Amino acid sequence: MTAHLEALAYQPNWWPILTSAFMGNALIGGTIVALAAGLIGYFVVVRQTAFAAHALAHIGFPGATGAVLLGMPVAAGLGVFCVGGALVIGVLGKRAAEREVVTGTVLALASGLGLFFNSMATKSSSTVTNVLFGNLLAISHNQLVSFAILLVVLGLSVGIIYRPLLFSSVNAQVAEAKGVPVRVLSMMFMALLGLTVTMAVQAVGTLLLFALVVTPAATAIMLTPRPVMAMVTSTAISLSAVWLGLGASAMFNLPPSFPIVTIACAIWSAVWVINRRRRTAAQPSEKSTDASPTTSTRPASAAPGT
Amino acid sequence: MSLSDVSAAPAALAFTDVRAVRGGRLIWSQANFTVPAGGIVAVIGPNGSGKTTLLHMVLGLVPAASGHLEVFGRPPGQANDSIGYVPQHYAESSGEAIRAADVVLLGLTGRRWAFGRSTAAQRRQVAQALAAVEASEIAGRRLSTLSGGQRQRIALAEALVAQPKLLILDEPLASLDLHSQRDIVALLARLHAELAVTILVVAHDLNPLLPILDSAIYLLDGHPHYAPIHDVVDEELLTHLYGTPIQVAHTPHGELYMQSTL
Repeated sequence: MTAHLEALAYQPNWWPILTSAFMGNALIGGTIVALAAGLIGYFVVVRQTAFAAHALAHIGFPGATGAVLLGMPVAAGLGVFCVGGALVIGVLGKRAAEREVVTGTVLALASGLGLFFNSMATKSSSTVTNVLFGNLLAISHNQLVSFAILLVVLGLSVGIIYRPLLFSSVNAQVAEAKGVPVRVLSMMFMALLGLTVTMAVQAVGTLLLFALVVTPAATAIMLTPRPVMAMVTSTAISLSAVWLGLGASAMFNLPPSFPIVTIACAIWSAVWVINRRRRTAAQPSEKSTDASPTTSTRPASAAPGT
Repeated sequence: MSLSDVSAAPAALAFTDVRAVRGGRLIWSQANFTVPAGGIVAVIGPNGSGKTTLLHMVLGLVPAASGHLEVFGRPPGQANDSIGYVPQHYAESSGEAIRAADVVLLGLTGRRWAFGRSTAAQRRQVAQALAAVEASEIAGRRLSTLSGGQRQRIALAEALVAQPKLLILDEPLASLDLHSQRDIVALLARLHAELAVTILVVAHDLNPLLPILDSAIYLLDGHPHYAPIHDVVDEELLTHLYGTPIQVAHTPHGELYMQSTL
């Protein structure tokens, strides 16, 4: 009992910890992941692929444990499974309702496979914990290099497809009618999401990824309806969660994923409550500007027609 | 001489023995008609008769299984610059994350690659499109906060912002109350007069649209036909078309109504 309490206590030497080499790697790695999450998160929310993002993190699990089994780098296994899984979800689930079931089924299969691979390997219980919950403090120099490359690829790709992707995300039917390659963009987006998840899993892990990729974007959308502003705000929230979280982990000797996720969720809750109050207050004025207050959601009344 | 005359004013749609097949199933065949530019044309037929397939074919999303189709003298798919499209279910799910004006802007710049800020000229075009559909005051609102009628106006602005020659509307009055239906019909009539745009509109209930329709494409027994609206609003034809007894009544206002004689 006392040992547990001591582990939670304030660390007077937190500043040297925070400025140490491994913490430096953690800060850089966390920053890159936060930037990547900010780029992709808005689109995840608008395209309603939050569940797919969550599932992809799980799909990475057998990739990681399988890589350990084969003596390959964990990141490589994660990448193959996340991007591959993203493309499978993209091909199989075109309609949202269908996608839910496809995604969930692939998720379950992947988790089972991950457990199986892990049971085959011998010295991997720490791998499982790292994959499930992430470990920013264990990020290596090589991982940082791969993160940086992935971020550049992601930034360039999103920069190039930004407007058609936004168009097809907001209004796929109209975009398709205008000649936007909606299906190609959808597959490209899934691949980019797979890359982001590959990175983010290494930072915060499979189980907590949602809080770093989806939650900040959802928070930002509550704050602003402007796409670019939402992406900037979302990135800022992810960055503060990562930086404050790492600071807290140094101060109180906590696994960094815990404070990072807690901060992201706390910001979301606060904004959600404020937003709800503001809307309730704004409701009457919004109603009065409504051109047709009688408009309801019921189907059109059958006019004197057939 | 005659060649240049023909190319000067191509028909909006020219179907030559077109057959539509989707998923291996024959939807309709023997489409042989020409829709001149400039009218308001209804597309009618019972459920599953292939109205949406016809729209998708005009948009180039579904190829003709056989035959030949031209949209303003060009193959479908190559004429999309000059087509504005309002789908039946317009941005129903993603309206929370974007403002009405930004959606309209996407109608203008959404096809362009690379990240880019909108120019002053583009913003002016967006403002004009919003003004044309009387939606200027809701431009800054989130799409999700708009009523059905307001949302339909934004959809129209998005379709009109690129100054199309053809406007395709899929059930624009569905899930609107009578008041909003009337507003949208009046708006369509005004836009048609002001912008000299050809309008193709799919509708289940023709009544609210009858005062403004010129003609109709009707899908009868698996074959699309084209005729002036007064020939289409015919008891025998409509009864056959919908497979249920329909009466045509002439009201004091000169409007025509179809009623089941059940």
